[in-house]
Amino acid sequence: MSENAVAAEIPGAVLGSSVHRGQTSLEIAPAQIVEVCRFLKDQQQFTRLSGVTAVDWYPTEPRFEIVYLLHALEPNQRLRLKCRVPSDRAEIDSVTGVWPGANWYEREVFDLFGVVFLNHPDLRRIMMPEGWDGHPLRKDYPVTGPKYDYTQE
Amino acid sequence: MSEPNANVSETPADTAPRRMTLNMGPQHPSTHGVLRMMLELEGETITKAGCDIGYLHTGIEKEFEAKLYQQGVTLTDRIDYLCPLINNLCYCLAVEKLLDLEIPPAAQWMRVMLGELTRINSHLVWLGTHSMDLGAMSVFLYCFREREEILKIFEMFSGQRMMTSYFRIGGLALEPPRGWQQAVGKFIDAFPSHVDEYEELLTKNPIWMRRTKGVGRAALDDLIAHGVTGPMLRAAGLNWDIRKSEPYSSYEKFDFDVPTRTEGDVYARYQVRVEELRQSARIVKQALDGMPAGPWEADAPHVVLPDREKMKTQMEALIYHFKIVTEGFRVPAGDVYQVVESPRGEMGYYVVSDGTARPYRVFIHGPSFGNLQGLPKMVEGRLVADAIAALGSTDFVLGDVDR
Repeated sequence: MSENAVAAEIPGAVLGSSVHRGQTSLEIAPAQIVEVCRFLKDQQQFTRLSGVTAVDWYPTEPRFEIVYLLHALEPNQRLRLKCRVPSDRAEIDSVTGVWPGANWYEREVFDLFGVVFLNHPDLRRIMMPEGWDGHPLRKDYPVTGPKYDYTQE
Repeated sequence: MSEPNANVSETPADTAPRRMTLNMGPQHPSTHGVLRMMLELEGETITKAGCDIGYLHTGIEKEFEAKLYQQGVTLTDRIDYLCPLINNLCYCLAVEKLLDLEIPPAAQWMRVMLGELTRINSHLVWLGTHSMDLGAMSVFLYCFREREEILKIFEMFSGQRMMTSYFRIGGLALEPPRGWQQAVGKFIDAFPSHVDEYEELLTKNPIWMRRTKGVGRAALDDLIAHGVTGPMLRAAGLNWDIRKSEPYSSYEKFDFDVPTRTEGDVYARYQVRVEELRQSARIVKQALDGMPAGPWEADAPHVVLPDREKMKTQMEALIYHFKIVTEGFRVPAGDVYQVVESPRGEMGYYVVSDGTARPYRVFIHGPSFGNLQGLPKMVEGRLVADAIAALGSTDFVLGDVDR
């Protein structure tokens, strides 16, 4: 339903759609994400952004899948938007202008995946300390660190 | 207390209020954990507020990717540590949806009953600590008296008081213990009168009302746009409860009301949560009276561990046991976003599977994260003393914020 509406309103924005276990996902062209979100919020009642996250499909390219979890209160409806961005240009426009609540979620994705959100008002690390090296939720970031050698003390 | 600029207007002109930045936390009694609030003050009025989070970040989402699906249940307890069972439930529901598993009614009802006891537990901790932040010391003692009884019930079921991990993918971890009906029944029959006790202490208390009425108010649209959910929205007039709008685990079979208020202040949030205590008690009572008979686990031998007796006598059961324990179970590729109504609002688990026995990605949408993000809207332009009331009324748990 929303898929057809988006495709009709913004040509070329919807790259694909899928329904898994009754939940709809739309694949959106990264360049048009703000336009699509604004349309869905203003004209399709998706007033809530439940969350923004990412999935790292390393080593496949485009590597990062940014996932937007949308929710309409009336009528109750949920929708997922997915955008794939490549690792050499891991950046996408921020949707904070549409939902101010995207602020912290985008900071989290920036912090843990290293995806840059353009036009974000305050893009800083949120979970990890300032000056941290690397982005922990990337698949090539190790789960364990180097073993500490106590014999060298 | 609630009047903005009240203090500023009393300041003599020659000592005009100076701007200062006040750091509240990371170690502060009212932050219940490690949260840093940065308040810019002009006199006693807050002109700008910001939160610095991440002090409790433990990388749980990363850890999920290294564990088998069933092992992940124990991690979910540690996220929102005041409602571990509701975290268990949300994660289990998400994975069960990916597996397309049918959960037997008895397990669903038991999940509802224990989930509502968890909600009562969480609201009691909130009521006790929030009222203590605002100076009402004794409420805390009463709340923790009842909470102790709930923790004893949890211990009876799972052997654990807090980190229960009692819900597992496919059903429950253990068969419910002997005598649970009496234990829950005794608690739930007495509980409504205890809620009356809390209300006697607070609801008409003039100090409590002066401290909370008109405080921490923000427009409903602003709250929604900032990602605030749960009792905070219901106190501002939105009738939205996921147990009603997207029923899960047979919530549609229970009869309960969704309390709402329109004032949107700290007092309204208090009223909503106290009413939710009563409604949760109603649900527990219904679950107790109408608990269906039948198995506690799904009929899915590739997911659920076999019965101990069968394992000793049947070859297939032994093979399944060996396979599940050593390599886990494979989950069909796909992704699912499951939401439940936690005591704090919308809790969601976004689980991505790539067809192996370990989750490819788990994203946890904690309600406290959004609620805390909306905090500046509630405190800017208000007095600094009201910041404590507004902060407490968001009912945040930092494990849920930082994960």
